[in-house]
Amino acid sequence: MEIDRTDGRSPNQLRPLACSRGILHRSHGSASWSQGDTRVIAAVYGPKAGTKKNENPERACLEVIWKPKTGQSGKEEKEYETILKRTLQSICILTINPNTTTSIIIQVVHDDGSLLPCAVNAACVALVDAGIPLKHLAVSICCCLATCGHVILDPTKLEEEKMKAFAYLVFPNSINSILPEGSSHTKSKQLEDGLVTSVTHGGMSVEDYFHCLDRGRAATARLSDFLRKNLQSQVLGEGSKAG
Amino acid sequence: MGLPNESGDLLSKMDSDASRRLFPLRFYESHLSISTRPDGRPLKSAREAFVGPGDVASADGSAMTKIGSTTMLAAIKMEIMTPSADKPDEGSIAVEFYMPPICSPLVRPGRPAEIAPVISKQLYDTIMSSGMIDLKELSLISGKAAWMVYLDIYCLDADGALFDAALYSAAAAFSFLQIPVVSLSEEGRLTIIPEEGNGNKSDKDVVNKGKRKLTISSLPFSLTCGLHKNYILPDPTSEEETLMETFVTVVLNSSGHLVSLYKPGGPVLAQTSTIQDCIALTRQRMTDLQKSLDEAITEMKVD
Repeated sequence: MEIDRTDGRSPNQLRPLACSRGILHRSHGSASWSQGDTRVIAAVYGPKAGTKKNENPERACLEVIWKPKTGQSGKEEKEYETILKRTLQSICILTINPNTTTSIIIQVVHDDGSLLPCAVNAACVALVDAGIPLKHLAVSICCCLATCGHVILDPTKLEEEKMKAFAYLVFPNSINSILPEGSSHTKSKQLEDGLVTSVTHGGMSVEDYFHCLDRGRAATARLSDFLRKNLQSQVLGEGSKAG
Repeated sequence: MGLPNESGDLLSKMDSDASRRLFPLRFYESHLSISTRPDGRPLKSAREAFVGPGDVASADGSAMTKIGSTTMLAAIKMEIMTPSADKPDEGSIAVEFYMPPICSPLVRPGRPAEIAPVISKQLYDTIMSSGMIDLKELSLISGKAAWMVYLDIYCLDADGALFDAALYSAAAAFSFLQIPVVSLSEEGRLTIIPEEGNGNKSDKDVVNKGKRKLTISSLPFSLTCGLHKNYILPDPTSEEETLMETFVTVVLNSSGHLVSLYKPGGPVLAQTSTIQDCIALTRQRMTDLQKSLDEAITEMKVD
């Protein structure tokens, strides 16, 4: 019944998470996020005046630059850039700084599976660090589907290659604020049920995909708790330093 | 809050072409509220799809597809190569998607479209994930020679749903593909025999006689749906693509398996029910696409 994972984790167990903010001096916001051996550094510059060509100047524009660990960026990096850009566009409030461009630079330090989810999480923390207005945070996870139909979370590179299919999923993080009775309740419900981004590789049945969605959503609650705790502790730390 | 109402009054007075340009979103939403789309389609229907042979004489297989006015020309060229050492009995496929400046006013000569490499990558991933082609079948002599398949797709007219049209043309081009005849020379080298010179070559030199078609197990078909507020709008045109910002592309193969579910961000969050609706719409669309492709294949056999 159980699948053996090479690193001895249970199917639902994530690799150890680590996150730090403000690691670069010159950038307006930066973060490093690692899940096991996969590590990504994100830097945010901006908002700078003006938008690029073919972009709507009535809104803030985002630009994502993906730097691979080695070599030049190719098609894969271009695809990651597009996915990440559209994902971040959905969580940023674009009407606040119209006609500006914010650059997000992603540097892959090491790729050991779940690279795109790791980059989404890193970019999100870097945006918070830079003080870019956001609607909510996004948390991302990779779900892997084994041939026997089992779902495992946060796979390593080896597991990604071995398995039948995998899906990168991005969800909005759960809201912690106290909401007034009635009116906005349905909206928060919608937010919890929603899916921001989905990218899949390999064929699977429709039921298996929904199974992945459920498991992924359950796991992101833990991720979002970690994210929130991390952001809060650093905010408190900064406060005490200033005081 | 004066402005939206004012534009609403203006909208009713203006002729439709002017309001379409000045207040595109309002113009569009006024159509949605009466359950129709600006091109006259009902909300849940996709545009008509056409598929036919591409008539590219220099290619081994080609196809032309149209979805509405989005036009794609796909061509396959096969070359012999030495397979890589770690996979000695497999051939390989390379996919390239081109968006020349002819296809859309947004593409300028000299600077390639940003979306083109992304669609290439997506097409390659989808073709590999769908299990449509068995790479082992592309092997000629294990460890010595295998087919390298170059699939090139040109977008001639970009009017939305580019990925759907490109994948359809790729599926059609593989269905129409005629593998070239290969002969083994005395020095042990493989060469492709051109079509005309086929008759005067003795049969025993030919390596792949009677293996001129690829067995294609299950073709992938896709449908892109735009999400706008609570509406699910399949097969958006380029005008709709500029207004909506959230898209879900579902790829199913003919055996009903999910090959890809691609939703790159966007302001509208997809609920589980929305995803289910998109999958159901793709199922419907798949039967239509499959039917017109089957018709095109039988037509070609008759010729």
